[in-house]
Amino acid sequence: MATKYTLPPLPYGYDALEPVISAQIMTIHHTKHHQTYINTLNNALASQAVATDKNDIVSQIHLQNTINFSAGGHINHTLFWENLVPASSPSAQTHVASKLMAAISARWGSLEKFQEKFNAVLLGLKGSGWGWLVQDTESGNLEIVTTKDQDIVPAGKKPLLGIDMWEHAYYLQYLNDKGSYAKKIWNVINWKKVEERFVGGSDSVFGTLAGLRSNM
Amino acid sequence: MSATLLRTSTTARSALRAGASRRAAAMASMSFVRGKATLPDLPYDYGALEPSISGKIMELHHKNHHQTYVNSFNAASEQLAAAEQKQDIQAQIALQPLINFHGGGHVNHTLFWENLAPSKNGGGGEPTGKVKTAIETSYGDFASFKTKFNTALAGIQGSGWAWLVKDNETGQVQIRTYANQDPVVGKYTPLLGIDAWEHAYYLQYQNRKAEYFSAIWDVINWKAVEQRLK
Ligand SMILES: [Fe+2]
Ligand SMILES: [Fe+2]
Ligand SMILES: [Fe+2]
Repeated sequence: MATKYTLPPLPYGYDALEPVISAQIMTIHHTKHHQTYINTLNNALASQAVATDKNDIVSQIHLQNTINFSAGGHINHTLFWENLVPASSPSAQTHVASKLMAAISARWGSLEKFQEKFNAVLLGLKGSGWGWLVQDTESGNLEIVTTKDQDIVPAGKKPLLGIDMWEHAYYLQYLNDKGSYAKKIWNVINWKKVEERFVGGSDSVFGTLAGLRSNM
Repeated sequence: MSATLLRTSTTARSALRAGASRRAAAMASMSFVRGKATLPDLPYDYGALEPSISGKIMELHHKNHHQTYVNSFNAASEQLAAAEQKQDIQAQIALQPLINFHGGGHVNHTLFWENLAPSKNGGGGEPTGKVKTAIETSYGDFASFKTKFNTALAGIQGSGWAWLVKDNETGQVQIRTYANQDPVVGKYTPLLGIDAWEHAYYLQYQNRKAEYFSAIWDVINWKAVEQRLK
């Protein structure tokens, strides 16, 4: 029997990220978009279980695309909610992430330069996708990468911080001005969580996520 | 439309190909030779497609989104011309994704505006004549075609477009989806395109994109589709 995934509750209220992200966006994003990825994923996994029972490998292959997309949507959004926090929270202060800040400064010169670079990468996305700060698990180096649509970060990279650049993430508030969204979101980054992911293993990223771990 | 649209950079490129000795001369006159892509006027008012598509969406979509593709395409074309001038092949290759994305965005939206029409000006209904025959040949009847088209739209993972295209080899029509702003080029001719980017519907429909896909059939300009099929 396939695992059933469920929508993890937001770790803050729908209006808690205002004025950076409106309550309307957060509500639709969480209860509709994220929920839809989970529903689609559960259906696809149920179909896959049937196909596996029947040794129907062709159907299994055909399901991979939907699983990649919907599971990616679930994982990416879960990571995203967790790496955001109200601007008033102590976790939004950069000094709670001293190891990460040192690594960012070593790699990009300063936090500001890193943010500029990150934002340029976000705005360069052609279509729907995500921008990520990742750590290479071999070298330990920090990198900025993008993933398209709902692809998760590739194997060998540990996601530390993800920003949703789908239009649904900002359009009701920022319209086509995605540059402002990309700038303002830095006010609601949960640096404490990002530091935890940085100093911890893969488990610190995926281990606590509701229902994710079993299939990671 | 495409004739005007797509002419822009070919003139300049053939001028540049004329030969190394004449390269400097071509360069000097390039800003005059090269046509810039420009935002086409909408063939109807921003509010004219309501209630299928709100006036606010149409205005932002045309004035902001489409304009940005035009501007970015022109910028990339200029960089491309400069790279060609310098015979910098790596730079030319590196610019291709930008040309494809922004050029595609310009071409796709131009085709999209033209294949929509207010219902009071003939938008909606069912195709007749050649388009009807072509659709029935491929899909049996119009209702089945519409269902398949909407399924294709709903299945797009991320940003993209669904198109009714003509296969130039077989002459038959078919539904194809394209990611992001990938344009319909090569062996297919675009007949009817529906923008499935979130910006095309989000202010009015939010996540209920199936409602947008269903409502847009009330404002399809089948006459424009027929002209493209000829
Ligand atoms: Fe999008
Ligand atoms: Fe999202
Ligand atoms: Fe669009």
